[in-house]
Amino acid sequence: MSLLSTQGLTKAFGGLTAVSDVDFELPQGEIRALIGPNGAGKTTFVGLLCGRMAPSAGTVRFDGQDISRLAAHERIRLGIAYTFQITSVFARLSAHENVALAVRRRGGDAVREVPEALQRVGLRDRAGDLAGDLSYGHQRLLEIAMGLAQKPRLLILDEPTQGLADSEIDAFCALVRGLAPETTVLLIEHNMSVVMRVAQKITVLNFGAVLAEGAPEVVQADPAVQAAYLGGVEA
Amino acid sequence: MSEAGKVWALHLGLLGLLFALQFVLPAYHHGNLARVMVLASFAVGYNLMFGYTGLLSLGHAMFFAAGMYGMGLAMRHLGWTPGPALIAGVLSGVVLALVVGALALRTVGVGFMIVTLMFAQAVYLVALYFGEWTRGDEGFVIQQAERVMMGLDLSQPGPRYFVAFVLFSACMLLSLRVMQSGFGKVLIAIRENEERARMLGYNVFRHKLGAVALSGGIAAAAGAFYGLLFGYVGATFATTQYSILPLLWVLLGGAGTILGPFVGTLFAFYLIDISSGFTTAHMLVVGVVLVALALFARQGIVGELRARLWRWLP
Repeated sequence: MSLLSTQGLTKAFGGLTAVSDVDFELPQGEIRALIGPNGAGKTTFVGLLCGRMAPSAGTVRFDGQDISRLAAHERIRLGIAYTFQITSVFARLSAHENVALAVRRRGGDAVREVPEALQRVGLRDRAGDLAGDLSYGHQRLLEIAMGLAQKPRLLILDEPTQGLADSEIDAFCALVRGLAPETTVLLIEHNMSVVMRVAQKITVLNFGAVLAEGAPEVVQADPAVQAAYLGGVEA
Repeated sequence: MSEAGKVWALHLGLLGLLFALQFVLPAYHHGNLARVMVLASFAVGYNLMFGYTGLLSLGHAMFFAAGMYGMGLAMRHLGWTPGPALIAGVLSGVVLALVVGALALRTVGVGFMIVTLMFAQAVYLVALYFGEWTRGDEGFVIQQAERVMMGLDLSQPGPRYFVAFVLFSACMLLSLRVMQSGFGKVLIAIRENEERARMLGYNVFRHKLGAVALSGGIAAAAGAFYGLLFGYVGATFATTQYSILPLLWVLLGGAGTILGPFVGTLFAFYLIDISSGFTTAHMLVVGVVLVALALFARQGIVGELRARLWRWLP
């Protein structure tokens, strides 16, 4: 049973079709990586999933319900959490308050759950710091904590490891693996080592369309994928 | 003392001081402070929208005037007593705020400023257009005999001060409670990063509309009490000047602080009062002080206090 699916999802900006007729299925409990060269339409695609922009055509279904017409905040309330590619925390609020806003929205107990969420990303001792004073890597981790604190059914992470140190990346991979199967994860990621370590399946986007999809080893070995993406990176 | 304890001690302390001052102040300052407290209530309402939610309105005179006319017209033409008339005033402001908010909140930033400015101008022109009832620019007086509420003759300095004090206390404590609530924290989140708040699942539009209604309601309460306490209702209070003043007071005192509106209103009132005692060019003095504050205390008086000394100030 798919938790999330799209049919014919398309987004055009004037003459440029950023996402073109994408059919996509994400089963409950899976950790899926979404990869592709820069400009392949990954961020636009997830933007359509969580309602940050309206599609030109096509539908999005979540848990059997057509959510194509729902506003972003309504989709979030159904259990989709989104962490931003470009760090978007509440810079002038404390790390604690950033996470508390995520906890309170679903009626959770901020006093108990905020330290837990911060603990999971290793920021518990920074709870009192202003989010804007945290290092870039720590702001990324705070984003992830805000995603976790929503206890989503589907967690969409847009390039979460950008700017993280190697040790933090290791901890992040362990954290994401521990989320399944309760939480389904859709991960946009450029770091192939992260993808190979955590993803159960990979979808490759190129020029807004699905180029390949399958198990990590299969996708990595796919000549078309290598030509479009992996080859380019390793060269 | 815990931070919550300090917050309550400070704010209740200020209210205690204001209450006590009525017994010791000379008549002139006694009257001034009563007026300042009503105007500061107006600023408290403005601050909820501008300081805490980040919505810069250039049309708050319309809510002040809605309260004033809602109260005044009900007394003048319907023969209502002050109690129900005040309620009519507040409700007028809330309804106007809901209508204006529902339309103006479709815009952001400069667009929002212009739309609120235009709505306020429309309200002002409506007040003039229906001059037969409102007596337009000239306005009308509410007779002393009608200004009696619960046995208090509001034309007398003592009751007037007391009622102004009750109004200001209610508005300030309401704003403090709102900003300590989950709703208030979402307003701050919207001010800080609207897109992030939306992507945490908050209905940004509904929260903003709530802030506009609350802000408009408090401004209207201030307008209604102002008309009743000082016995005059007129279209002057719907002019652009009365939209700019609360912005100025809030900026001076500290946007997004609970005490800022009062401190800013008091400061501006006495700045004009004192400087006009020395020179007829008092607006020049006021201008220079405002420029100095804008250069050296960008966050306003209470805002600077919070940034430098008391980080726990709400």
